[in-house]
Order: sequence, then C-alpha cells, then structure tokens
Amino acid sequence: MIKQQFEISAGYKKWTNILLGVGGLALVLGIIFLGMSKDEVEQTRFWASLLQNSVFFLLVVNASMFFICATTLAHGGWQMAFRRVPEAISSLVPVFGILAMLVFVGIVFGHRHDIYHWLDKEHVEHDPILKGKSGFLNPTFFMVWSVVAIGLWSFVGAKMRKLSSEADEKMDGEQGAKYVVKNTAWGAAFLVIFGLTVGSTIPWLWLMSIDPHWYSTMYSWYTFISSFVAGMSLVVLFVVYLKNHDYLEYVTEEHLHDLGKFMFAFSVFWTYLWYSQFMLIWYANIPEETVYFKPRMQGVYRGIFFLNLIVNFAVPFLLLMRRGSKRNYTTLTFLAILIILGHWVDFYQMVMPGTMNEHYSLGWFEFGILVLYAGLIMHFVGKGLSKKPLVALHHPYIKESIIHHT
Amino acid sequence: MALKKFVVGCFEDEKVLFPAVEKVRKAGYKFHDIYTPFPVHGLDKAMGLRDTSIHTAGFLFGMIGTTTAVTFMTWVFTKDWPVNIGGKPNFALPAWIPITFELTVLCAAVGMVLTFCYICQLAPFLKRHHFHPRATDDLFVMVIECSEKANEEELKSFLGSVGAQEVNTQVAEEGWWIGKYDEEQELYKEPNIA
Repeated sequence: MIKQQFEISAGYKKWTNILLGVGGLALVLGIIFLGMSKDEVEQTRFWASLLQNSVFFLLVVNASMFFICATTLAHGGWQMAFRRVPEAISSLVPVFGILAMLVFVGIVFGHRHDIYHWLDKEHVEHDPILKGKSGFLNPTFFMVWSVVAIGLWSFVGAKMRKLSSEADEKMDGEQGAKYVVKNTAWGAAFLVIFGLTVGSTIPWLWLMSIDPHWYSTMYSWYTFISSFVAGMSLVVLFVVYLKNHDYLEYVTEEHLHDLGKFMFAFSVFWTYLWYSQFMLIWYANIPEETVYFKPRMQGVYRGIFFLNLIVNFAVPFLLLMRRGSKRNYTTLTFLAILIILGHWVDFYQMVMPGTMNEHYSLGWFEFGILVLYAGLIMHFVGKGLSKKPLVALHHPYIKESIIHHT
Repeated sequence: MALKKFVVGCFEDEKVLFPAVEKVRKAGYKFHDIYTPFPVHGLDKAMGLRDTSIHTAGFLFGMIGTTTAVTFMTWVFTKDWPVNIGGKPNFALPAWIPITFELTVLCAAVGMVLTFCYICQLAPFLKRHHFHPRATDDLFVMVIECSEKANEEELKSFLGSVGAQEVNTQVAEEGWWIGKYDEEQELYKEPNIA
C-alpha cells in the first residue's frame, strides 16, 4: 500500500522522545555542571560545544534549501519525487536559527573572549591585527549580520516551501510555465543570499573568528561543503526511512543513486578544498598561517585531524565508488550516518583547538548535545513531513522525475 | 578470420526497438550486437547483457597510476637524489598529491580507453564491417548471427514481424581476437514487478 500522507508512527515518536529526553538531560546537566561551574575550562567547554553544534546543524539543515534552490535554478526535475523531504528539513532553519542566536547572545553579551578573542576590547586596543579587523569583528556587526542572515534564509526558504504547496493544485500549461519562472526567481534570490552569507561572511564570523589572527580564503567554501555533504546525507537518511515505510512511491533506485552521487562527489570536493587550504599553508610555511594547523596536526588533536580525513574522504570515496553501493539502502544509510558524524567531527576540530586549547574533551556533554539535535531534527522534520502530501503531484516537472533514469 | 552469416534488421525508432528486443530474446535468439546512433539508456539491460566490468578495470588502472607515482617520487626524492627544498622533509607527501592524482587519472582514463578498444575489437589499422551506414545517423541496427538454431529465412521473417523496416542477410568477418561480449547474454527472464 502506497501512502500519500506521512503519519508519524509510534516507533518514530518513541525514538524522537528518547533522543530528546537524553539530549535535554545532557543540556540541563551541562548548564548546571559546566555552564555555571566556577572552573573557566568547564565554562569554555560548555559554550564551545554549544557553538559547534548549533552552527553545524543550522548550516546542515540550511544546505537542504540550497539543494532545492540549486536544482530549481538548473531546471532539474529528477528531485521532484522526494523534494518534500529536503523542504521539511529546511523548515528547521528558523528553529535552529533561534537556537544559534541564543548561543551567540550568550557568547557575545556574556563577553566570552575565551571563545571569540576579539570580544576583549582592551586586548583589541593593543593588538594591531585585531584592531585592523575590528570594523568587521565587533559585537554589533556580528549580531546584526547573524540576525539578517538567519532571517533571510528563513524568509526565502519559507517562500520556496509555500510555492511548493501551490503544486498540490492542478495547473494548466501556461500556469505551469509561470510557476516555474516564479520558482526560479526565488531560488536565484536564495542562492545570492546564500553566497553572501554561507559562501563567505557567515563562516568567517561564526567560526574563523575563533582564530582571529589567522585567515584562509578557502575557509567559507570548506565549511559550506562540509555542511552540504552532511545535509545531503540527512536527506538520504529520511528518503530511505520513508521508502522503507512504503512512502514516496515514485522514488526508485535511480533517485537514490543520484543522491549517492551527491554524497560521493561532494565528499571528494570537500577533500579538494581541505587539501587546497592545507597544502598552500604547509608549503609556504609562514608562521602566521601555520599557527592554525600546528595544534591540530602536532598537538592533542592529531588523532582527530587524521580521523577527519579517513572518515570524510577515504571511507566514502572507496565505499561509494561502486555503482551498486549507491543503490543499496543499507550501505547508503551506513555511509550517510558516518558522513554526518564525520563532518560533526570536522566542525569539532574547527572550534575546539582555538577555544579549549589542549584541554579538549569529547564526552557526555558533546555527544549529549549531538543527541539533542538529532532528536530535534527527527521531531521537526517528522512534523514538517506530515503537514503536506509527500509528493507535489501537479508540479510541471513531476513526470521527469517519475521516468528518471541515470 | 572466419566469415559468418548475419541477419540484419533495421528499426526506425526506439519505441519499436525495445519491444522487438524483448520478443527476440523470448524467441530464444542471441544478438550479435545492436548498433545505435546514440547511447540508448536501458538497452544493455533490455538485451540481457551483464554489467560491464570496465569500471573495475578503471579502478585497477587508477591504482597502478597511484602506486607508480608514489613509489617513483619516493625513490627519486629520498633515495636517488635527495634535495632540501624549502626545509621540507624529503618524503613530502602533501606536495606529491597533485602529481599522484594526475597520474591516477591519466592511467585510469588511458587504460580504460585501451581496454574498451580491445574488448570492442577496435584499432586504428583495423577495418570493421558496417552493417548499415545509417547506424551512425538515425537507424537502430539489430544484428543476429545465423546458426543451427537461428535459421536465416525464419529469422528474416521474424524480424520483419517484430517491426524491422528493412531486413537483409550479410556475410561478414567476425572479430579476429578474443572479444566475447556478444556471447555473454543472459536468458530472458520476466521482469520482477514489485
């Protein structure tokens, strides 16, 4: 029996509640034992971990909307059979945006210069490099630009989702053509905003400014691709889940194959950007630049540094290379989970060396917040999916998706 | 270089070709090959050909390239002619990655092309028989070899009945080395309808 409308099953609800419960408990314990602790290091751990998770998951769910807009702009039709899935994921952007803003408010107005050095006004006065960057790295611009970025993602994303609902109604050829143009225009607007935020300024502000003396022109793309691969993997997880529960009748192995190609190709692209950033700095060997890699490659983060490469490059590259593995539900699910965790670790090594220095910890709190976010994703995506029919049956491109063949 | 007899059926359209392919397989005939003006999606599956192994070959060729690049550079820079370049270690793996990558891609690509030519029995000096000149333009040309099981006259009338526009018999040379692609056709099976 093929079902048009997603209904949250009892098992799904149970797992959501378990994850939310465990994660919520970790957050509460974290606030009590870490956030309100007298120990400076524990406080830093609390805020750094919140920052890492909130930024990572916000960018990951936002990558779904990037996928929708990029395929819309390219007049792609193959994704129509499952497009409601990334739509539901992207409806999390406002939620995770608010959570991230709460963390930013806590960090910036709590003057946590252990997270962002440039929050220390006195230090900035005596530091010519930070002084020179203070037009960009200051609390006002940070907060305003973060609010603007999250607001624009949420607004244009909501517009795209609303447009998608229109395709539930019948439309004739002329209406369909107009509809496609309207979609393209809004998709293009989103991509421009995306380029100005995720593609450049936002990773500089949120993550690169943890090491404010250092800079890399590759950083934003690298961060974006990291979140995009994880975002595609998240889409795969939900598509496979729905497929296993007799939803999404038009999704075949062909669609899954193409999603697998996205995971494969962008894992390789991530490596390309990782390597481009690393190689130039390694080769030039200028102290201002190598300062970023020194603690990561030679300090306590050495294990994580190489784990990052193995999990995010070697494993997906070798395992996803075969055609059969991109069409196999089990391999794809395994790799999707691995890639999401891998890029979570990638964000971990972006945030921690600059904040925690050598006192890093990867324990109950870090994984607890990860579990909390997993629960939030399951809860809100489940809700988003159950609101609308799972396929926009009257979208002009739906036929293209049904007969899709790789 | 044995001469063999083939029955050739020409189809104007994919829409006629696909049902015809199915009927030919159901009747138990084996294809020599089908020549199409452009790559037709799903035709290999419809013909019952097994999945190609060219990607496995490509992977192996790529590995050969990777190994060659890494071992050669290691030998040059650590054993044969160690030079201090910018204070870098002699075994400077990050600096070698572009060359390793390029040699991998080169070996995989060239190796796959050569393998493909070998399997399809193509070579610059070799003249292959064309069953129909329009196969490179707009005609789908199905070729079936005559054998004890495949009688020429029966085949001709059969191909006509499944929608071939033009049917004729041609005597041509088969390939002159061990290409076995056309012998690896699976028997017809009813498709699974899930």
